[in-house]
Amino acid sequence: MKKLLTAAVLSAALATPALADTTKVGFIYIGPVGDFGWTAGHDRARQELQEHFGDAVETSIVENVDYGADAERVMTQMALSGTDMIFAASFGYGPDVNAVAGRFPDVAFQHATGYIQEHDNISLFDARFYEGRAVLGHIAGKMTETNTIGYIASYPIPAVVSGINSAYLHAKAVNPDVNFRIIWTYSWFDPALEADAAETLIEQGADVIMQHTDSTAAVRVAEDAGVMAFGQASDMTEFGPNAHLSAIVDRWAPYYISRVQALKDGTWEAQNSWMGFAEGIIEMAPWNDRIPAELQEEADGLIAAISAEEYHPFTGPINRQDGTAWLADGEVADDGALATMDFFVEGITAEFPN
Amino acid sequence: MIRLEKRKEPSKFWRIANPFLAVVLTMIAGGIMFAMLGKDPFVAIRLIFFDPIFSETFASYSRPQLLIKSAPLILIAVGLAIGFKANVWNIGAEGQYIIGALFGAGVALAFFPQPGWYIFPLMVLAGAFGGFLWAMIPAILKTRFNTNEILVSLLLVYVAERILAAMALGLMRNPDQPGFPGSRDLRRYEAAHNAELIANTGMHWGVVAAFIAVIFAYVIMTRHMLGFHVQLAGQAPRAARFAGVAPARLVVVCLGIAGALAGLAGMFEVSGPGGQVRIEFASGYGFTAIIVAFLGRLNPLGIVLAGFLLGLTYIGGELGQMMLQLPGAAIQVFQGMLLFFLLALDFQTNYRIRLTQGMRA
Repeated sequence: MKKLLTAAVLSAALATPALADTTKVGFIYIGPVGDFGWTAGHDRARQELQEHFGDAVETSIVENVDYGADAERVMTQMALSGTDMIFAASFGYGPDVNAVAGRFPDVAFQHATGYIQEHDNISLFDARFYEGRAVLGHIAGKMTETNTIGYIASYPIPAVVSGINSAYLHAKAVNPDVNFRIIWTYSWFDPALEADAAETLIEQGADVIMQHTDSTAAVRVAEDAGVMAFGQASDMTEFGPNAHLSAIVDRWAPYYISRVQALKDGTWEAQNSWMGFAEGIIEMAPWNDRIPAELQEEADGLIAAISAEEYHPFTGPINRQDGTAWLADGEVADDGALATMDFFVEGITAEFPN
Repeated sequence: MIRLEKRKEPSKFWRIANPFLAVVLTMIAGGIMFAMLGKDPFVAIRLIFFDPIFSETFASYSRPQLLIKSAPLILIAVGLAIGFKANVWNIGAEGQYIIGALFGAGVALAFFPQPGWYIFPLMVLAGAFGGFLWAMIPAILKTRFNTNEILVSLLLVYVAERILAAMALGLMRNPDQPGFPGSRDLRRYEAAHNAELIANTGMHWGVVAAFIAVIFAYVIMTRHMLGFHVQLAGQAPRAARFAGVAPARLVVVCLGIAGALAGLAGMFEVSGPGGQVRIEFASGYGFTAIIVAFLGRLNPLGIVLAGFLLGLTYIGGELGQMMLQLPGAAIQVFQGMLLFFLLALDFQTNYRIRLTQGMRA
């Protein structure tokens, strides 16, 4: 016991002051790094960050951290252990990030898909997933034979809701008969639940499955059932070589590297960044060969138009689900409206959960 | 050759010794696993079991956190243990925990933003009542229709989770945070905040309630008629009936106590460390408490130790991930080993291993 105590004190003393120019960067993840989706995307960026800076950066991760008291504890322990910058990689850490940031003003917080910014040491960053969803919707609308798209949704938050709306609008534009069926899982990572949802959607006639959840379960189910699917956040081709049409792939690394560099240069300050195709923060996984060449060209064209800001996925006229007008003809949605979106657009038959 | 012999009476020594032996075996087996992952097993074990309490960097923070993490486990497990002793199997404490939290938070949100000393006590009552009410469903179904309380209480967890989601998205949603689920932060509403009683100690009302519950449970189980009835019903149901134990009443009492305590735990969590009603508010305390109850041998004092031990593996497990880059799954395996070894070792509580010579069957 005594020996162990001495060892503990000794190694704690040895561990604390690393090289002065080594920046310690901590990551907390909502799922496991092996989800092959969202968390895998962030961890990919972490590895690139590590490679880019080599010994000048020391990264550490904690996986499967629940929102609330657990997240607050993990981030506090990171701050106590001398971490300079903390990336919190899920929207729901909002209150926890703000609580810890208030107590550790010298630690820089980077909150992915965050929405609360009460201290000047918190940066929020997000990707314009609805841009990618527009492309997926376009492809889905053309590829479906049953005119039924299944959508596995996690939480009814603006990022997910705007994704559903964007996908629907672009599917509808190329296929007026298209119909969306939506299942909410109220979780980010629950492979069993996601597989059940996919099976239910397929039974209901869906032949294209979209997901805004993090596991590969739906792609596997789609492969077995012989229908089509899109992956989430990472290229999930290997889990359904026939089914997997494409996926929105998150590329956080350039942003992560720029933020750590800013911290090293002493120029880091709180920001609110919302990046899309133009900044390269999202890209599409390689098109599956079963997508006709013509459609591939259309999709590439759509991406190019969005990147060049020639086209905005939310361009009016668009009505709300209840038929009231939202965007007038030619009007483009502003970021504020997208960042708080809490309604479906006209034509989606599913009920909005509340 | 080796022969197994059933003991006439379960061994008292092994009942007490097994949990400790299980911890030691877990350390050894876990250490081997960590070594196979290429990590220094001694550093890993130290990070998990010692650093949260003794390390200079972390202890001042993680010691209070240990109380915060363990208190709800202990509070729930104490209630469950009384039922388990009487063969009343309440597996749905998670649901009772959720409903208790919703009742407590409901009271707080109804009074918001009014001040008042009476709000928090009302929340406590509401929390206990909510958990009690949710536990009464399996209790009444069992006593009236002879349904199985294991299934009913377990399935009610999923119902409670759906109600929680509906509340976070609808009725209890914070009107000032458009587009996002979740209620107001109760930690910012002074009259409803279950704050630390002394700053930086981790002591909040839930911790106090857990210790009071432990003492009460201990007294009831050793000194009170109810405790005698519980033990008797568990060990000899037929004899219990002759001794005047009404089985239906016992079911109601056991589920009621466990439900109320789980509801209290939920209420203290939502108004303190948890802070708000969120869809993912329930993080499995109700299920983990079942492990705590058995690891603590269904004994109130044992449960305190078991609660702290499990709390320690959670907090230390996070340190292990952070400092040593242990995968999260390895920590979960490590926690699973603890229960596995305990169950395996319990074999020798009831059986004796005999080495016999020259006997051939």
